[in-house]
Amino acid sequence: MIDPMLRTAGPELAAEDAEATTPLGRNQPLVPAASIAGRALVTVIAIMTFLAALTAGGAQLIGDASLGWRSSVSREVTIQVRPAPTRDIEADVAKAAALARAVPGVVDTRIYTRAESERLLEPWLGAGLNFSELPVPRMIVVKLDPGQRPDFSDLRRQLSEQLRGATLDDHRLWVERLAAMANTFVAIGIGVVGLVIVATALAVAFATRGAMAGNREIVEVLHFVGATDSYIAREFQRHFLRLGLRGGGIGGAAAVVFFLIAGVLTSSMVATPGGTQIEALFGTFTLGPGGFVAIVFIAVLVACVTAVVSRVTVRNTLRELG
Amino acid sequence: MVRFENVGLRYGMGPEVLRDISFSIEPQSFQFLTGPSGAGKTTLLRLILLALKPTRGLIDLFGHDVNTIQKDTLTALRRRMGVVFQDFRLLEHLTTYENVALPLRVQGRDEASYRAEVVELLRWVGLGERMHVLPPVLSGGEKQRAAIARALIMQPDLLLADEPTGNVDPSLARRLLRLFVELNRSGTAIVIATHDLALMDQFDSARRLVLGDGRLHIYD
Repeated sequence: MIDPMLRTAGPELAAEDAEATTPLGRNQPLVPAASIAGRALVTVIAIMTFLAALTAGGAQLIGDASLGWRSSVSREVTIQVRPAPTRDIEADVAKAAALARAVPGVVDTRIYTRAESERLLEPWLGAGLNFSELPVPRMIVVKLDPGQRPDFSDLRRQLSEQLRGATLDDHRLWVERLAAMANTFVAIGIGVVGLVIVATALAVAFATRGAMAGNREIVEVLHFVGATDSYIAREFQRHFLRLGLRGGGIGGAAAVVFFLIAGVLTSSMVATPGGTQIEALFGTFTLGPGGFVAIVFIAVLVACVTAVVSRVTVRNTLRELG
Repeated sequence: MVRFENVGLRYGMGPEVLRDISFSIEPQSFQFLTGPSGAGKTTLLRLILLALKPTRGLIDLFGHDVNTIQKDTLTALRRRMGVVFQDFRLLEHLTTYENVALPLRVQGRDEASYRAEVVELLRWVGLGERMHVLPPVLSGGEKQRAAIARALIMQPDLLLADEPTGNVDPSLARRLLRLFVELNRSGTAIVIATHDLALMDQFDSARRLVLGDGRLHIYD
């Protein structure tokens, strides 16, 4: 390859150049790429993007998993019937189930037998006990139509009027707690992504100031040959946008690969205790299309932030110099 | 074109390096700005170029008071001036062609619109065969001619040249002076800062602005 510094055009070629349609300029950036600590900045941007994408993906996973938990919890309610000395509990349970089935949106009821109800107490009271002397409450699980959220106020009133000791638990408290937890995770995720972007912006601002200081003479020449501040800022912005796209692309791609590998690993661990725990927390640990779109969005956002911050920094520095 | 009235300049709290400078540069005029080294020739050129602001006095450039000038106007005025730096200030990562085309490129013009013009100017200054060469491999004289070509490509109303013959042999210095004279004949006002008496003697009819002790003396 011919060293470009030693490359010269012959007279014949030069004579033809004026008429030639091929450009003589190479559209080189006016700010030399080598004068900017590009590789270090690309590394910083890539790491920042990776961390931000990881956080966003994690928040998305927890958000999706919490939706799953909430929908499964809210697909059923329970009626608890406590035994009373003067009442027939089997009749009360049957009546409560009948009242529940009459509510629109209820698709099924399942009455826990006395033996099943006693087994529910075993984890707390221990096995092998004689529960016959204890007033063991009976449970009725009421399955709901997934598309509907019935109004249980009438059922609650009927139960309290007609069956003393029967209560309805619609799991609202649990759903609210799960929603609060998931929303907290998502808010923390958004906060972390915001902080990472601010840190990236600061790194770019420092790098831009360094590049400006290193190319001060070029900036001065550009001013003298009639370049406007916005033209000079555009030149720097173009360069930093390229660095931002490269760093954002590397970081985003690394995050995508991470989630793909993590998804494969967790699906292969599905039968193990660890896999079960992960599945309980994150669901299938598979990032949906929304998660991948979020990662791409973060990578592009980081690149845009890089370009805009460099432009603003150059404009401010030029104003200070002026 | 350019008018200085009682202009003074000091750096920080130091003494005035230029005092009570008053002169004007008329269109199509030719003047040497001379004086011993350190007399303030480059500083005076930088004042004309609006790279420095005077600490007192009035500078009027193409009808604009530089004290009240807006940034946009400043750029427009700089485009009416060409400057040849003592140390050339060619961008080392751009070829001779790209350096000479720089003032047109920064205006956002398409390369096809100025390609022929730049090539013609490069041939005129004798760099037709060196247009694809990067500055580090150009000789001092070639760099000087490239810097001059860059200053001329916009066909400026005023050309400021700081020691344009400082790095070249006497023969090339004579050729460069002829180039400036030819430019002046085509309508460009010229200011050449030099302390080369032999160069000035070759063009006796030019006005001489002599700087000494921070003051300016004019010899028409």
